[in-house]
Amino acid sequence: MTSYFRNAFLALILTLPAVAQAEKLTTYQLDNGMDVLVLEDHRAPVVVQMVWYKAGAADEPRGKSGIAHFLEHLLFKGTDTLAPGELSKTVAANGGSDNAFTSQDYTAYHQRIASDRLELVMRMEADRMRNLRLSEADVETEREVILEERNQRTENNPGALFAEQRNAAQYMNHPYGIPVIGWKHEMEELSLEDSLEFYQRYYAPNNAILIVAGDVIPEDVLALAEKYYGVLEPTVDLPERERTIEPPQLSERRLTFTDPRVAQPYVIRSYLAPERDSGAQEEAAALTLLAEILGGNGATSVLGNKLQFDTQQAIYTAAFYSGVSLDDTTFSLIIVPVPDISLEEAEQALDQAVAEFLEEGVDEEQLDRIKMQLRASLIYAEDDVAGRARQYGASLTSGLTIEDVQAWPDVLQSITSEQIIEAAKKVFNRNNAVTGYLMNAEGEAK
Amino acid sequence: MIRVFFSTVLAMLVALPLRAEIAIQDVTSPKGIHAWLVEDHSIPFTAIEVWFKGGAGLDAPGKRGATNLMVGLLEEGAGDLDSQEFAAAVEALAASYKFDVFDDTLIVSAQFLTENRDDAIDLLRSALTEPRFDEASLERVRGQVRSIISGNEKDPNDIASRTLNKLAWGDHPYGSSLNGTLESVNSLTRDDLIEAKNATMTRDRIHVGAVGDITPEELGALLDTLLGDLPEEGAPLPADATYALPRGGETVVEFETPQSVAIFAHEGIARDDDDFFALYVLNHVLGGGGFASVLMEEVREKRGLTYGISTYLVPKEHGALMMGQVASSNDRIAEAITVVRDVWADIAANGITEKQLTDAKTFLTGAYPLRFDGNATIAGIMAAMQSQELPIDYIATRNDKVNAVTLEDIKRVAARVLKPEDLHFVVVGQPEGLGDQQ
Repeated sequence: MTSYFRNAFLALILTLPAVAQAEKLTTYQLDNGMDVLVLEDHRAPVVVQMVWYKAGAADEPRGKSGIAHFLEHLLFKGTDTLAPGELSKTVAANGGSDNAFTSQDYTAYHQRIASDRLELVMRMEADRMRNLRLSEADVETEREVILEERNQRTENNPGALFAEQRNAAQYMNHPYGIPVIGWKHEMEELSLEDSLEFYQRYYAPNNAILIVAGDVIPEDVLALAEKYYGVLEPTVDLPERERTIEPPQLSERRLTFTDPRVAQPYVIRSYLAPERDSGAQEEAAALTLLAEILGGNGATSVLGNKLQFDTQQAIYTAAFYSGVSLDDTTFSLIIVPVPDISLEEAEQALDQAVAEFLEEGVDEEQLDRIKMQLRASLIYAEDDVAGRARQYGASLTSGLTIEDVQAWPDVLQSITSEQIIEAAKKVFNRNNAVTGYLMNAEGEAK
Repeated sequence: MIRVFFSTVLAMLVALPLRAEIAIQDVTSPKGIHAWLVEDHSIPFTAIEVWFKGGAGLDAPGKRGATNLMVGLLEEGAGDLDSQEFAAAVEALAASYKFDVFDDTLIVSAQFLTENRDDAIDLLRSALTEPRFDEASLERVRGQVRSIISGNEKDPNDIASRTLNKLAWGDHPYGSSLNGTLESVNSLTRDDLIEAKNATMTRDRIHVGAVGDITPEELGALLDTLLGDLPEEGAPLPADATYALPRGGETVVEFETPQSVAIFAHEGIARDDDDFFALYVLNHVLGGGGFASVLMEEVREKRGLTYGISTYLVPKEHGALMMGQVASSNDRIAEAITVVRDVWADIAANGITEKQLTDAKTFLTGAYPLRFDGNATIAGIMAAMQSQELPIDYIATRNDKVNAVTLEDIKRVAARVLKPEDLHFVVVGQPEGLGDQQ
């Protein structure tokens, strides 16, 4: 029954990453600085094209929150040669599908289509990298759409509003504290000029990575990439990705969010945590394993054992950590108490369970099982070439290299119980933490 | 050694080949269990899907939620293993099992490495044939289900769909949530779960799809091990449901939230209706085709009234709906509803254009082969095809059926099925400018 609850907290999840070692990966760099990755999988005549830009919400100018995501919507509006909506319609008319997504660290556009149509989608994707044409009317209408998107994702969802408030408290100075979709009052003011400014700076071949995955020959992909992307002008004065950094965090932040729409109160605590660093992924690997050990599978995890099975104080517990991030990320613990346990009692129980774990150490059998699953996930991942393409895209736009991605499975296997406990003691620093209570109008779980 | 009897029927290749050498084999185990298999030895694992027809529709009177709760307990201990031991055993094998229940179907999905196949299947067999339903597990999972039900009561999307289903199907199982209510779930006993299992998970209603690193002989033996010990016969399938949605108008459910959620529907047609393919194509143009659909163009692209709008066909075993959903802020939902009604009326009266039909066909026929990506996906498609009683060569002929739809067919089906005057909207929120509020 745990899958429902995991889905409820999907925003926090990054599943255990895996990259097959025997995959066929070929890489190039075009003269204008654009990186090209080709992942071969010839089992089906399908191809996925993705273009990843090293620009996300955390790269936005101050006061313009949501512009990276707004621009992502506007990229579907047209160029000199494409009418508004024509790209998606052309992809659909050829049996394909397309979409895009924006995160704090990247924006990506992708199509999935029969492999003999790669040139078609490449021509259109390259066209909109430099030749976007926007009208005031496009911007006005699409701004209504993103405001409705914010309504749907955030305003209508107390858990999402709560997450937004906690995140803002977690990052006191770094832009990760600002929601990707944007603050509503700033979204309402986003303009055509704001969009074009962000576009012209960041949408350039020397700030982009092309990933083509599927039934393709690398040499053919390179030839097409040179023809369509190779002719594009780079941005000459591309800024370094330097965000404002956090000051020392000296005091835990605690917040309570009350909303009559809350049906299931819970306690969640996030700690500032190091991300995967290029060439030094050990600590992140230890934290990845720590999250699995503490709160992966509720029936076998430490928190599940102690709080769902032994004391039966919790309906659900979990730990989340996602190491793919350009700057410091978070490690989170959550407890959803059973009806007769208060949030204060739940928080105490959670703290006690973690303290006991640090005393008792890692159960070696559990660690072995997790490592076995990680090895197996390399095999299962061979069945999902698009998933591997996404891993590369997210990693390479978050400060990691291909070598880092390929080394990651071995790094995970190399981590010892001692390293995990050491990483845990370091990350569980209450001065770096935000503890949040989500409650309903009555103020407490019954 | 058990001798395996199996027959092999090679399906024809579709126009756009799916996989270089996709071929569905019809496997029959020594004990007579059928499965469709696609062999693919390139990756050392297998995915299997077992569909049991009936699903939550087989909940006994007064026991709503019994099948769902039972399914939630299948992974909570079996045979000698308690809940935690069972979970640890699954992890040690790096296998994955999923148990899901829907209105008409109960689905068991599994993936396992070739090196662990026997152990993985033995463990899954024990979950299917000797689940423990321990008291402690029952209470724990009951608590989870109660939490889900409470959550759904404050979720505008869930409130909308529950309200619409109740209005459309009344006391038939389709008219209520398969989770049950707090009251019904509180009253369920261990015996109710055993009864629910014996009603649903039986040999007479199994459809199996398997894909991956396994031969027909190996699959035959696996089927007998996995499913051979299940009871022969389950409870009779539910009766057909009587459609009762109010014709036209809106039902407003007051809920304090900034964006109203609307779900709308009228009666649809059955999956085996001769007009199904024409309606499928028509729905794609109307609201099923994402950015290519008329509703997305009119409601989102032109007017910015929503982030997303879609329509879909819901041909259940015992009753069919044609449905859609849209969400707009409280002050704009009335306008969105007006646009939907206008589009509905226009297409009902005038059909679609030749170009819209051609584009829809190109998309649907081109996209079809792209569905077959990944072992688990293909296993699920094959189980679903059998459950719908489609022939084994269906994949090869499906695009021809789409291409055979003419503009005349569309016009006829639009006039027959699309009923703008019947379209009923359930709106959850604080919509402005809509009739009486409930």
